Amino acid sequence: MATALLKGQQDLLGVAAQRRRTGLWLLALTVGLVLTGVVAVGSGAIGIAPTTVARIIGHQLVGVPGEATWTLPQEAIVWQVRLPRVLLGMLVGAGLAVCGVALQAMVRNVLADPYLLGINSGASSGAAAAILFGAGAGFGQYALSASAFLGALAASLLVFLIARSGGRVTSIRLLLAGVAVGYALYATTSFLIFASGSAEGSRSVMFWLLGSLGLARWNALLVVAAVVLGGAILYLTVAGRRLDVLAIGDETAQTLGVSPDRFRMRLLVVVSLSVGVLVSAAGSIGFVGLVVPHLARRIVGAPHVRVVPVAALLGAILLVWADVLARILLAPQEIPIGIITSLLGAPFLVILIRRLHATGA
Amino acid sequence: MIQATGVTWRYGANLVIDGVDVTARPGRVLGLIGPNGSGKTTLLRLLYGALRGGTGQVVVDGDELSALPARDAARRLAVVVQESGGETALSVAELVLLGRGPHLSTFQRAGRADHEIAARCLTRVGAAHLGARPFAHLSGGERQRVLIARALAQQATHLLLDEPTNHLDIRYQHEILQLVRDLGTCSIVVLHDLNLAARYCDDLVLLGRGGVVAAGPTGEVLDPTVLMPVYGIGIRRLDLDGAIHLLFQPIDQTTDERTAA
Repeated sequence: MATALLKGQQDLLGVAAQRRRTGLWLLALTVGLVLTGVVAVGSGAIGIAPTTVARIIGHQLVGVPGEATWTLPQEAIVWQVRLPRVLLGMLVGAGLAVCGVALQAMVRNVLADPYLLGINSGASSGAAAAILFGAGAGFGQYALSASAFLGALAASLLVFLIARSGGRVTSIRLLLAGVAVGYALYATTSFLIFASGSAEGSRSVMFWLLGSLGLARWNALLVVAAVVLGGAILYLTVAGRRLDVLAIGDETAQTLGVSPDRFRMRLLVVVSLSVGVLVSAAGSIGFVGLVVPHLARRIVGAPHVRVVPVAALLGAILLVWADVLARILLAPQEIPIGIITSLLGAPFLVILIRRLHATGA
Repeated sequence: MIQATGVTWRYGANLVIDGVDVTARPGRVLGLIGPNGSGKTTLLRLLYGALRGGTGQVVVDGDELSALPARDAARRLAVVVQESGGETALSVAELVLLGRGPHLSTFQRAGRADHEIAARCLTRVGAAHLGARPFAHLSGGERQRVLIARALAQQATHLLLDEPTNHLDIRYQHEILQLVRDLGTCSIVVLHDLNLAARYCDDLVLLGRGGVVAAGPTGEVLDPTVLMPVYGIGIRRLDLDGAIHLLFQPIDQTTDERTAA
């Protein structure tokens, strides 16, 4: 009895220690994200000191400091161009990372990524149609994004309908449907490029396909922010326990009070919408959604309540740095960000998977 | 109390369970026995609602199971399935805490009371020392005990176990089943080993091809004249010190040849 009471005072199951650890990581990553943002806004073809960046942002947001000690072009670069771009990078990175987490739990495969469901191929087809044939011209300056989003929506509907054709949506059916639709739409995009015969158009489609944050504007940012922060990150964190259970197996989920079919359906809606919005805003940026979930799990363990927020912060930081590299490596020319993330992500993934198997054996 | 009436299940054209009635009474341990392919696991899955869309109905404490929301069902039925979840990267403690899920609201996280319950359940199955270990690193027997701890942590009014003694050495086979008996909750256990069934079950349901061959108190069902045609093996029964012991022996040549092949 005495030992039981004593144990009661201590940290049962080591949960409190784990929570403290996660809290520290979240704090450290949040600080890292803010610093990343300030440095990233300052870097580029025209360098601006971090302190100046901080002052310009402070001035714009809360009016402190009141008087300008910087030049107007500096303010324009920071506020009009680079800040929306860096913020979009953060949102895209965070969104892709948490969607990757959700999909890996959903199909129980550590190699799943947000593009598995063919959503990016749909968006690419839409974007190609807009760039090459002027589709979605009615949306004005948002023609490209709108057309890409419609393509993404169509693709995810198609995947969903195919996966459902057997009565219920299972993991394996979802995978197969995603791959099939992805290939078909990839072919469609290639055909559109081929049929247009416009070299310049093809080039801009290609650029878009490889991902770019160059389209970032303040008003479009709001939509992305609402979907990523309010939709994906919040929902997936709250649904953390259900993700844990679903990742173990359908049978286990059922017996622990989570209806696997219904939950998978909800996840599908959240992930499809988020990835659709992200791809239409920034093109398809590979590897972030695949690698970051592994990294997050290594840091805070497997429970999704911890993995989702940590993955969001990590994804945000990594994508912004990839964009900084994309802007300065061949400055003044800009490299598509997808090239950077894939080049950095691939070896990283190999290391992670090797470690995974070394410790898992 | 779990009451199933006329439950039927087919895999394609193959009728596995044909109009079966089963009743599990409060405070008693019901054993499901029968040879391979007799549908023990299928019947159990029908009883906890993993298989839906068949005919017949399952009533748990007065409510039809198919009408209960998943969370409510999980507060009434705790299940230890054969799906091991060996791929998961969760630690043992985290896995057992998932058993508290059905008692927590969506926005609530596991609190001190839940941790205490989880720790107690781990202690009960002799796995308290495993708490911090990754579940995937455990041996088969340790995993089985942890999964049982998770089911206990669920604190449901019924406990359903699908061959819980798989992977366990002889000591833990007896300890786990004794534990189930001592809980005093209405339990249904799928068992291969007839001697374990004899010792730890109050009632038995013997399944043969598609249906119930015999059902009733353990002493009545474990009758060699009933068992022998179903299992196709010679059986002698010894009643020693009030306990039933079954001894097995191949009946004839054909059985020997089949085993040899």
